[in-house]
Amino acid sequence: MALEKVDFVLAGVGGQGTILASDILVEVGLEAGYDVKKSEVHGMAQRGGGVESQVRWGEKVYSATVEKGEVDFLLGFEMLEVARWIDFLKPGGDVIVNRYRIPPPPVNMGVARYPDESEIQRLLLTRAGRLVWVDATDVARELGNAALSGVVLLGLLAVDLGMEPDLWLGVIDRLVPERFVALNREAFSRGAALGAEMLV
Amino acid sequence: MKKLLSGNEAIGYGAYLAGCGYGVGYPGTPSTEILQAYSTYPGVHAEWATNEKVALDVATGISYAGERVFCTMKHVGLNVAADSLFSIVFTGPRGGLVVAVADDPGMHSSQNEQDTRQYGRFAKLPVVEPGDSAEGAEFMKAAFELSEQFKTPVILRSVTRLSHSRTPLEVMDELVPLHAAHETVKYDRDPSRQIPLPMNARRMHREVEQKMLDISAWAETCELNRIEPGDSRLGIVASGIAYQYAREVFPDATFLKLGLAYPLPTELFHTLAGMVDQVVVVEELDPIYEHHIRLLGIPARGKDIFPLCGEFSTELVRARAVTAGLVEARVPVSTGGAPIVFNGLPEGTTGAAGSGDTTAAGSGDGSSDAAGSGVAGNGNGNGGGDVALLDPATLPGRPPMLCPGCAHRPIFYVLQRLRAMVFGDIGCYTLGAAPPLNATHTCGAMGAGIGVVHGTDLVGVKDRTVAVIGDSTFFHGGLPPLVNIAYNKGVSTVIVLDNRITAMTGHQANPATGATMMGDESPTVSIEAVARAFGFSKVDTLDPYDLDEVRRVLKDHLDSSEPSVVVARYNCVLQTKERNAAPHVDLESCNNCGTCLNIGCAPIINRGDHVEIDDILCNGCNYCVTVCPRDAIVSNRTDGGEE
Repeated sequence: MALEKVDFVLAGVGGQGTILASDILVEVGLEAGYDVKKSEVHGMAQRGGGVESQVRWGEKVYSATVEKGEVDFLLGFEMLEVARWIDFLKPGGDVIVNRYRIPPPPVNMGVARYPDESEIQRLLLTRAGRLVWVDATDVARELGNAALSGVVLLGLLAVDLGMEPDLWLGVIDRLVPERFVALNREAFSRGAALGAEMLV
Repeated sequence: MKKLLSGNEAIGYGAYLAGCGYGVGYPGTPSTEILQAYSTYPGVHAEWATNEKVALDVATGISYAGERVFCTMKHVGLNVAADSLFSIVFTGPRGGLVVAVADDPGMHSSQNEQDTRQYGRFAKLPVVEPGDSAEGAEFMKAAFELSEQFKTPVILRSVTRLSHSRTPLEVMDELVPLHAAHETVKYDRDPSRQIPLPMNARRMHREVEQKMLDISAWAETCELNRIEPGDSRLGIVASGIAYQYAREVFPDATFLKLGLAYPLPTELFHTLAGMVDQVVVVEELDPIYEHHIRLLGIPARGKDIFPLCGEFSTELVRARAVTAGLVEARVPVSTGGAPIVFNGLPEGTTGAAGSGDTTAAGSGDGSSDAAGSGVAGNGNGNGGGDVALLDPATLPGRPPMLCPGCAHRPIFYVLQRLRAMVFGDIGCYTLGAAPPLNATHTCGAMGAGIGVVHGTDLVGVKDRTVAVIGDSTFFHGGLPPLVNIAYNKGVSTVIVLDNRITAMTGHQANPATGATMMGDESPTVSIEAVARAFGFSKVDTLDPYDLDEVRRVLKDHLDSSEPSVVVARYNCVLQTKERNAAPHVDLESCNNCGTCLNIGCAPIINRGDHVEIDDILCNGCNYCVTVCPRDAIVSNRTDGGEE
């Protein structure tokens, strides 16, 4: 790959598996020969709060955090969380959204409204060049664990990046606890198959 | 081999690399993983102390006994340890002593932001500041050498963005075990060095000032500081994480990169000033370098451009630099033509992509999967049809709240129902203050709530006041104020939310856990017995999930004029991995009365005319089943759990 730099943002809710997915993503960049950095902030809540990870691949990376309008790929584990990050996407960048909705406390308390999917789509399309809707949570549930949805999204991302799966599977083998490797490989492959089917 | 480590992991690795056999600390975000990472290296000994001051005192003992040791904590922890820090600066260590402190600019998980570099000037000791993981390991090693060369403790300062970023560094392929000295060691008595009686301390102060001058001279040529020549129009002074942002924004400028944040050199700044037209300081939080440079008579800009408060980012540094005319704004270049929407949603799904609000040019052809749901209702981005254009800044927030299954929730729920005045403390349970629970009235420093409640009671605020504190915080800073209530004949009630672990920072063992950091069994301290020994005769223990019992006992304690302690005990479910099937909602019975929504649990979703439970987030604690007045939430537990 001859890309000078690739910036990613992964946005979701604590407990959805964003951190594992971003750990895999940054390792893949390193193995692909890039300088890499990854930053994440988990805030105060271990479950249920917003979680974002930023991953940067490049020839030489100084800052671990991305800049507004410069992000190449936005991965949304949850629809509202991905919408929050749209200003960071570069015009024409790619957005992969898991069609999954976790209403935040203000919505459940009735003081705010969760946007309609059509509104979220319109917002994302103010910048996205490619917008990919998937139901990764559904695929993950079929595999028996909803937390696998992040790795399903990575499978799609790999296809979108035009990368061979072997590098990714190698990293999954290395990073995931042994008893979960087979499941995570399966989740990645399901995502990649979905990508191969859709992103032609 | 090249490996990706977080800043914290790298700092822990650096201690091991330096041959440091001992690490002591108290957990605190963003510093916690430093000691955890260190504890995994072969042949080391690591301990969680009961608080940061104890940790630094233990470290001082290890150093006095001749061994290298490091001590770790978050920025506010250093305030707790400050008394001991000032003291060891005067007496000086024997074995190298490094205090690894992580600041939290932006307050991602802290009650304040403060700049630990200031402790360099205040307590008079060197501060090193790495900017990525490779430097984290390297500077840790350098800090030990500095400590032993100049006989001073050294602070290594990190920040959240360094501690929690993963960046590559070269690590050893094979790890050689360290041999911490476990044989009998002879202690050399040296009262003139280790007892700061006034006659000794007066001499020590002069020695400390001399050390700072010596290190400042050393800083002129030490490898921690370097000039990176570049464009002669602009000279940037930066250290740590701010250097990384500045490097992105000013790729061609001349840099003075400081690795030693205190004491500062003199000549290096004059050299830089001689090389460039103007000097600009990019430093997060306090203007320490800027003030120093100005005192040298060098005109420099800094805080007139970059903010004093909050966390920096490349984004922010660039925006301020553009405003100041230092760089040109970047105009993002669009890489695509008309947007394409790929709909991978299952057939028949009525998602946005299939809702077909408008059909715009350039909508993609989707996949075969999408065929049934209509392809790509393209919102168009240029004012597409009837769909409102959202402002990302006004989207509903997702503030943190107590985790699903957290046993603190039932206590705060009942306290709120009883209209108690709750003086809170630092830990997960600070989130008892968050809506919809809104239970907590104050929160301050570690252990402060127990002193504060006694103070309010003295003034006459005796209407159902209570201090609430977690187990780890109780052992950290709760013991002296609890004695104080008993001794001064107070009337306050103190609730210890005992989940048997230091949970918020990621589950570190403490005296309630029954195990040490190294995994050895250890005695479990009885909080009830401690309270009785202090003179409290009204002491009760609760199961937080027993709603009737919690109501009865809390009401009894709050209405009593006797000082009292309640221990609400339930292990943190994230620690024990206790998880049960999520309950479901019987739509016939649910009338969306809102009772379950008031317990503030993320998986309980308001669907307008009923609630729904997200089975991914739900922990299956069934507290919502307990509080539902219409029995509309139905347990799916098979273990005979709360019905």
